[in-house]
Amino acid sequence: MAPESTAPRLIDHFERGLQAPICLTWELTYGCNLSCVHCLSSSGRRDPRELTTDEAKAVIDEMNRLQVFYVNIGGGEPTIRPDFWELVEYAVAQGIGVKFSTNGLQMTAAHAQRIKESGYIDVQISLDGATPEINDPIRGQGTFDGAIRAMETLQAAGVAGFKISVVVTRTNVGQLDAFKAIADRYDAQLRLTRLRPSGRGAEVWNELHLTSTDQRDLYAWLLAHGEEVLTGDSFFHLSALGQSLPGLNLCGAGRVVCLIDPVGDVYACPFTIHESFKAGSVREAGGFTQVWRSSDLFLELREPQSAGICTKCSEFDACRGGCMAAKFFTGLPLDGPDPECVMGHGEALLASIDHTQTPRTDVDHSRGSSRRMLPLSVVSRACDESPVAGKAMAL
Amino acid sequence: MTAHDDSIWDPAAKWGLHPMVAVRPEAFGALVYHYDTRRLSFLKDPRLASVVNELDEGESVNQVLDRAGLSLADRQAFNRALEMLSQTQMIVRR
Repeated sequence: MAPESTAPRLIDHFERGLQAPICLTWELTYGCNLSCVHCLSSSGRRDPRELTTDEAKAVIDEMNRLQVFYVNIGGGEPTIRPDFWELVEYAVAQGIGVKFSTNGLQMTAAHAQRIKESGYIDVQISLDGATPEINDPIRGQGTFDGAIRAMETLQAAGVAGFKISVVVTRTNVGQLDAFKAIADRYDAQLRLTRLRPSGRGAEVWNELHLTSTDQRDLYAWLLAHGEEVLTGDSFFHLSALGQSLPGLNLCGAGRVVCLIDPVGDVYACPFTIHESFKAGSVREAGGFTQVWRSSDLFLELREPQSAGICTKCSEFDACRGGCMAAKFFTGLPLDGPDPECVMGHGEALLASIDHTQTPRTDVDHSRGSSRRMLPLSVVSRACDESPVAGKAMAL
Repeated sequence: MTAHDDSIWDPAAKWGLHPMVAVRPEAFGALVYHYDTRRLSFLKDPRLASVVNELDEGESVNQVLDRAGLSLADRQAFNRALEMLSQTQMIVRR
């Protein structure tokens, strides 16, 4: 991050919203060839109402007019859309960068070659364990090997700096050094993100979310690795433990980020697929631009937010109340502490919540029962690995 | 000019935006994004954003800064900001 990025005045600007999102997440399909236990979009089956190829291209045209630098494409598994590469090429031809998230199962040498040739395509392989024993119970049988094969394919094509994206859980938090070693082995960059109780994540959050000890270990690890490990600004609530982590350190929902879902609905962020956070649809007159600039929800989010009891906390300036989605889907009030508040305020409140009454998403494309058995054994830390300095990146 | 010299900040020379860099105006100044490094930077002053956009036409960075009519303190701050942008290849020698 450039040194001129840290002044508080800039944060005020971000909180009041930008002309267009810095980072736009676009989930192309609810269809998925996997059924991960923590899927934040409850994906599985395609939705018959998903945007058509022409509608998707119109959205890309709009991003171009708004000067959106790049779009994070996800799903579901975006590559199962038959027009996936057509849409990627359409965006790239207009100078819009594409970073797409994939489980890697459909990665071919030809795709890897195309990624290598383009300066505008970046790929992110999801991996939730540094070993099959930890990864597969979360993502499905054989998915560790599948992800590694995709990494080998990318490396063989000479694609350097692709991302390996890990949702940090109680079962894999002991493997951070091992994840880093995998990233180093494939000339990739490690990206760690926070487990949210969104989508099917709500079902497993209680058993998989980090303990306070895990959070302190993760914070120390992130500080030690600086900008060489990406976090998508996921862990800004941990900044209340001391020194700020790299990144903007604010909740960007509806202010600097948002989500377009497969049917064109626009939500405040990728973790808030719920009627309460739906700002509109790209199918409405005025399209995405109108939703971004004038929807009631987004305008409201850009107003100063009441932070309730958090304003009395000594660490409020560091965490600013934490993650809206994490609060909402655990049943906590939005104007209070994050459920994983490092000061312990969230934990105390959670104890008083009736867990049968917490909000659940009304958008669920899960195929049958996706719930899998989770391993109960605690993983020991992998051996220490001296980190190789990677390329610093902002997001 | 060797590649090594190109990495040294020299405001008397001609600089310009890297071909893989895009600038988007915002109320506070501008966002600058580098498609190769995927790095995002923030220009916190609309005048700095103008200077960055005008680099391509200038005889030198100093000339562009002269034309911007800045106070001495602003000029020094802008020069430092441009040097930082050069260190992340947002702007390059041309």
